[in-house]
Amino acid sequence: MLIKRADPIKPSEITSEAVYFNRRRFVQSAVAAGTLMLSGVACSKETATNTAYAGPGAGAASAPDSSSASFVADALGKLQPSKYSTREKVNSWEDVTTYNNFYEFGLDKSDPARNAQDLKTQPWSIDVSGEADNTGRFYLEDFISPHTLEERIYRLRCVEAWSMVIPWAGIELGQLIKRFQPTSKARYVEFKTLYDPDQMPGQRRRSLNWPYTEGLTMAEAMHPLTILAVGVFGKVLPNQNGAPLRLVVPWKYGFKSIKSIVSMKFTEKMPANSWAVAQPREYGFYANVNPQVDHPRWSQARERPIGEGLFAKKIPTRMFNGYADEVAHLYDGLDLVKNF
Amino acid sequence: MAWIWSKTFSMSATASPAAARHRWGTTKKIRYVGKPLVFVLSLLPIGLIALRAFEITGTLGANPVEALMDHFGIWGLRFLIITLAVSPLRQVLGKPWPLQFRRMLGLFAYFYIMLHLATYLWLDQYFDAAAIIEDIIERPYITLGMSAVLMLTALAVTSPHAARRRLGKTWQQIHYLVYPAAILGVWHFWWQVKNDILEPLIYAVLLSGLLLWRLIKTRAHRSRINPT
Repeated sequence: MLIKRADPIKPSEITSEAVYFNRRRFVQSAVAAGTLMLSGVACSKETATNTAYAGPGAGAASAPDSSSASFVADALGKLQPSKYSTREKVNSWEDVTTYNNFYEFGLDKSDPARNAQDLKTQPWSIDVSGEADNTGRFYLEDFISPHTLEERIYRLRCVEAWSMVIPWAGIELGQLIKRFQPTSKARYVEFKTLYDPDQMPGQRRRSLNWPYTEGLTMAEAMHPLTILAVGVFGKVLPNQNGAPLRLVVPWKYGFKSIKSIVSMKFTEKMPANSWAVAQPREYGFYANVNPQVDHPRWSQARERPIGEGLFAKKIPTRMFNGYADEVAHLYDGLDLVKNF
Repeated sequence: MAWIWSKTFSMSATASPAAARHRWGTTKKIRYVGKPLVFVLSLLPIGLIALRAFEITGTLGANPVEALMDHFGIWGLRFLIITLAVSPLRQVLGKPWPLQFRRMLGLFAYFYIMLHLATYLWLDQYFDAAAIIEDIIERPYITLGMSAVLMLTALAVTSPHAARRRLGKTWQQIHYLVYPAAILGVWHFWWQVKNDILEPLIYAVLLSGLLLWRLIKTRAHRSRINPT
């Protein structure tokens, strides 16, 4: 016998909503009372892997003390829960921050946590251009501050057939887009990641066409499930997770959720997203999670839940990653086999 | 020329009693030092991953099944390449001792590939026969991997000296299967990589080099036998 057997997950281990919000209230009142002893809770490896995530507030007290991300940290202190959050068991901080696909920092999933630490995320600005009335260059702070940060606990399904449950903190992209007043010509939004080979060693090789580019239809971008995240676990987003600003589209494969965004462009034409350009037969523009449409080289019918240990079985993948009720109508009349 | 010279040299060398004593020493060294040493070194990859699995040195990370499967798979491929490097090494050195290690190295390749397969069948698929059969039929890289496993199984079961004696010439023919098996192994690796093919490319280049070496040697050998 080589490896320790992990206990199977019992339904009782999944935090119920009542307990979750109770804990939230307790933590918030503790923070309000000035009890900042919770600092570092989610930072410490042991507690993070062995203790269930306690909800927003727990992390707000332990935001990094660098002033760079202070406005995000302040906003995280007022993090609001959301009806869109799943009640499924949240992955550990360790899982979420050490198992990352972020090719700008290396191809191995452990590379980003090692190589992204020196990425300078302050000051950070985003260029908004294209078919909109209110375009220009915006500081991240101006992007985020008019909005209330919400915690969105979403499932994340990677095209590589693994999944996690992650408590993001962010704003609805649709709310932000309204401020730019897109014109009637705007049919898509195109996003780009920072291109800076000095800071992003992975960009020194052409493993993908840099800068990483992604896109959504306007309907997808305006959908209330679509968010721009600045935090995770109630803390400022770590660099390896796409700091300081990333997209999260929970019903699509993970590669759609572009990281470290520096550009947003409203376009009439469908943007050419990096993976679809690299392998047009294997990755499409839509990339909706769909257990019936296999990747040419592997099945998408099941997924491996990350963090359940060596002996966990794969679980069935759900249509639109379980968000079919909310988003299926966006694709009425669209052939999902052709438009994969 | 070099080949003939080395033949003559080795013949004349065995003729002298001093050289015979020396050869006896080499055999002993291989049996009591070399082989145990290579054996223990070959166990290092499984030892290192066991230390991670038991969380003595690090962990297997967020996706332990993938970590095990990748580790065993890559070491299977490495041992296969090392095994294929034995003959060229013997020719380069002009000494027969590397051949003494070939069977052990080949069996270690098989050992790691079996662990890779077991991880897939058990921890990845939980012996779900329907899913495994679907994978073999519909996922080309799994079809390739499984074919390689069948070929290598034929080599492994015919590896004892007794089997070699009994099979005679057929034995060599069976063992030529190592070449297609190694090609399928690299191909299997290549096809399951998402986009960046640098790592499988390295293995492909190494394997091509080793196969090319054999091709050139066989040609040279043939032209010596049948000068045209």
